[in-house]
Amino acid sequence: MQTIGLPGTAAPHARKPGLWGWLLLAPMVLWLLLFVVVPTGILAVYSFCQRDDLGRVVFSFTWDNYVRVFDPIYLNILGRSVAYAGLTTIICVAVGYPVGWYIARRPAGLRNLLLLLVMIPFWTSFLIRTYAWIAILKNEGLLNGLLLSAGAITAPLELLYTPVAVVIGLVYAYLPFMILPVYGSAEKVDNALVEAAHDLGAGPVRAFSEVIIPLTLPGIAAGVLLVFVPAIGMFAITDLMGGARVPMIGNVIQNQFFKARNWPFGAALGVVFTLMFVFTYLAVQWHGRRSQR
Amino acid sequence: MLDGALGIWTVVVFVFLYLPIGVLVAYSFNSSKLNILWESFTLDWYVQLWSNAPILRTLKNSLIVATGTTAVSVVIGTTGAWLLHRYRYKFSRSLQTLICIPMMMPEIVMGISLLIFFTAVSLPLGYVSVMIAHVTFCFPFVLVAVQARLQGLDPALEEAALDLGATPLKAFWLVIVPCLRPAILSGGLMAFTLSMDELIISYFTTSPASATLPLKVFGMAKVGLNPMLNALSAVFIVTTIILVLFSEYLRRLGTRPAQAA
Repeated sequence: MQTIGLPGTAAPHARKPGLWGWLLLAPMVLWLLLFVVVPTGILAVYSFCQRDDLGRVVFSFTWDNYVRVFDPIYLNILGRSVAYAGLTTIICVAVGYPVGWYIARRPAGLRNLLLLLVMIPFWTSFLIRTYAWIAILKNEGLLNGLLLSAGAITAPLELLYTPVAVVIGLVYAYLPFMILPVYGSAEKVDNALVEAAHDLGAGPVRAFSEVIIPLTLPGIAAGVLLVFVPAIGMFAITDLMGGARVPMIGNVIQNQFFKARNWPFGAALGVVFTLMFVFTYLAVQWHGRRSQR
Repeated sequence: MLDGALGIWTVVVFVFLYLPIGVLVAYSFNSSKLNILWESFTLDWYVQLWSNAPILRTLKNSLIVATGTTAVSVVIGTTGAWLLHRYRYKFSRSLQTLICIPMMMPEIVMGISLLIFFTAVSLPLGYVSVMIAHVTFCFPFVLVAVQARLQGLDPALEEAALDLGATPLKAFWLVIVPCLRPAILSGGLMAFTLSMDELIISYFTTSPASATLPLKVFGMAKVGLNPMLNALSAVFIVTTIILVLFSEYLRRLGTRPAQAA
């Protein structure tokens, strides 16, 4: 769904734009400036503002919002969000990588069928897919029902609203976002390279770690970006699967805008989150470039 | 042997991916209100769903927003892709980066920055604000889809049209657009699906009156299990399967060598 690295821009035969070329492009450029660049700028400005007792924003400069981000309470939540997102990403790589690789090595017909089977959950609303897990894990849900009627347990197990439920929900939502990019880069790996590694005496482990992994690293990197960053800020899944018991940074931000009505602090959290996103992106890009050498 | 193990693992993962949604669809036909044991087959939940005014109202909102979003995204995305392909602008590369930002930006950051922006310019939250937000993250997907198709397009096509006396606008409309049709359609389909499913950004940029279906579903799912929600989910899942199959069909059309229609 998303691509890192930019697709080629102009065609080789592209010309210099005339007046019309500029005029026709203007709406898109304006749209991006007005609804992406300017709002991000205002977000940054708000993060240095204060609020009055009624929750209105007062434009006087302060560092307070950022100081508050480093309050142990919020630092804790931030750390927990990163830990959950990190765990989700690791599980997605471990579970999804073999699938992406396997699909890429199939003959064309089977490959397209399997790919289609990944596309369906990929495009199905994550909300619906999370709800499916609520139906399974809830106290009066399917799993408890089955266990009770089988006599394995006497009282329903507390499955939903636990950290495990949150991680299941996140992994279930983001797994297709890992499989597809891994597939994308595994498909480009030349079989001859893998065979050459075997012919030169590399065992399966060595061929995997020294040939296959480096060649599919761009796919893993893209998958990590697609899973890790969204998972940090995801408040809907943590709300539904974790109740209010496992608040994440996304829940705190959402709270600042609707319940606590402290927009400047919410904006500061948003800016910190954006910076984390930018650093992750740059780190992944940098790592990718270094490993290609 | 390794291949066999990978195959088994892939099957296990597919079971993990499909079992929960399969169970959901199956239980949407269960007459029991609880999701535990199978009682008997019923279509009651679908009938109730169809007569539930609040759900239908949010569905209507979602369809309005998604249709508007798709129309605007297709126009901006297709012309943008063509112009960036056709002309070499001074800032082409930075513009390409800027286009990718809404696709990659965390949704919650986009949601709050647009909420602050709409408040700052005192645009009341409603259909317009939520549509602006949706177009902002949807049109880049159309643009990228069309761009991928343009790369395989023979430049001689446009040159021939121009040599035969067509104006650049005519050449674009009569020669290029027909060639791009599969990419435009699948990009539009993507925009429609993304808009229909979007929760986080809508959460920050809409009003109760223009609330979309995912917001309603989110509210209902928070309260707990509801057999009507099973039926609604089943409708969503089946619709998604149909859309994915259709766009796969379009993709196959698109991988054939480009021909002028």
